[in-house]
Amino acid sequence: MDSPPDSVGTIVRRHRLSTRLWHWLNALLLYVLFTSGLGIFNAHPRLYWGQYGANFDPSWLELDRFPGWITLPGTYSLALSRHWHLAAAPIFAFALLFYMLWSLANRHIGRDLAFRREELTPRHVWHDIKDHARLRFPTGAAALRYNVLQKASYVGVIFVALPLVILTGLTMSPGMNAAWPWLVDLFGGRQSARSIHFITAFALVAFFLVHILMVVLAGPLNEIRSMITGRYRVPEDRP
Amino acid sequence: MILNRRHLLLGATATLAGCDRLAGNERFREALFSAENFHKWAQRTLMTRDAMAREFRPDQISPRFRANGTANPNTPEYKAIWRTGFADWRLRVDGRVARPLSLSLAHLHALPHREQITRHDCVEGWSAIGKWRGVPLRPIMEAARLNDRARYLVFHCADDMGGGSAYYESIDMVDAFHPQTILAYALNDRPLSVANGAPLRLRVERQLGYKQAKYLMRIEAVDSLSAIGGGKGGFWEDHAGYDWYAGI
Repeated sequence: MDSPPDSVGTIVRRHRLSTRLWHWLNALLLYVLFTSGLGIFNAHPRLYWGQYGANFDPSWLELDRFPGWITLPGTYSLALSRHWHLAAAPIFAFALLFYMLWSLANRHIGRDLAFRREELTPRHVWHDIKDHARLRFPTGAAALRYNVLQKASYVGVIFVALPLVILTGLTMSPGMNAAWPWLVDLFGGRQSARSIHFITAFALVAFFLVHILMVVLAGPLNEIRSMITGRYRVPEDRP
Repeated sequence: MILNRRHLLLGATATLAGCDRLAGNERFREALFSAENFHKWAQRTLMTRDAMAREFRPDQISPRFRANGTANPNTPEYKAIWRTGFADWRLRVDGRVARPLSLSLAHLHALPHREQITRHDCVEGWSAIGKWRGVPLRPIMEAARLNDRARYLVFHCADDMGGGSAYYESIDMVDAFHPQTILAYALNDRPLSVANGAPLRLRVERQLGYKQAKYLMRIEAVDSLSAIGGGKGGFWEDHAGYDWYAGI
């Protein structure tokens, strides 16, 4: 988002290279992580709270195995699902860390993602919710800035959900438990961490679905182009 | 919109099929599997050599400890040693050692022991907490006078995994000499049951369940894993493609 000109219909540079690179790398990695994660889950499709949990213990969720069309690999192989998952996970974690630092340095966080004081008033937030519910998307120069709900969801994903899914993932590793014992305490046990990991993964899927819906409603070609080339056409005002 | 749910499903399936094809490519597979090396390096860098696995309070023990792997070896040889209450069983320690050992259960019981309430994490995702009692591996390997060139310990087990192949696992010297690495003969204050690996099983507490070899018969010190089974260091490593380093 570089110094937005106000004129409607002009092409502006919207997304930085760092954002575009990370966005697509992340999309690919989250896809691999989610589908291989479901494959791993299929080895023991039960979830528990606390330090321990196995078949004799009460589970809070018990599912059938996820079908092959959504798991990686398509035919059950715990070993191969783990190889995919554990190969993608470190790249994903370091990419997030790198993106956070880069976005801090190039002021993406400070300028685009940080909430401004006036945005956080109940009136403003309520107004934004109503606009979203009516599918009234901002036009003109306003379309070049994230609105408060957008900021909340991006901040929620980048600074809450993604770190949470990484830390709970690390907590499931017995080696990491020895290296960083505080992880186990942070989440109240390995099985709690496994449950939170699962819930967060599905929260990210929920974000993905809403995200896709918003892109489609806001004009998919313009939106997708801006995330590939960075170039974005300022939407016209509603008649 | 041009895309409907059917298209999305087809697209997702096609992408996954593409991933499956990729995983069939030998070089890609190697790259995928090499993530194990990164995790091993990263974890070993982040932890001190003797970093301890979490030990729990007695009230945190699982009400019922789920056994992993083989429930009963059921081979004629195992039945024979089981019938005598393992009186005829001996643990052999050999390979690259200066003084091979043959230890009876009574002998092991007489050695200084360690007790630890630890969490057993199965690769499938479940965990059970139990209290183990056993002999630390370190003094045993010192008594056998381990050769300097020995890099791994291979654990040969009594359970037949089919096709005449018995279970086997291996660890390196970092885990072999870790204070919590014990040869356990009791779980929750009772002698090991058959399901949990009687008469003796390995506990390597910073790794997953398939490393915790049960029904121990022999510990072999080797300088390379290439001559053991399929060469990857363990039964599941060779037959299912699990990571040898199971701290992940």
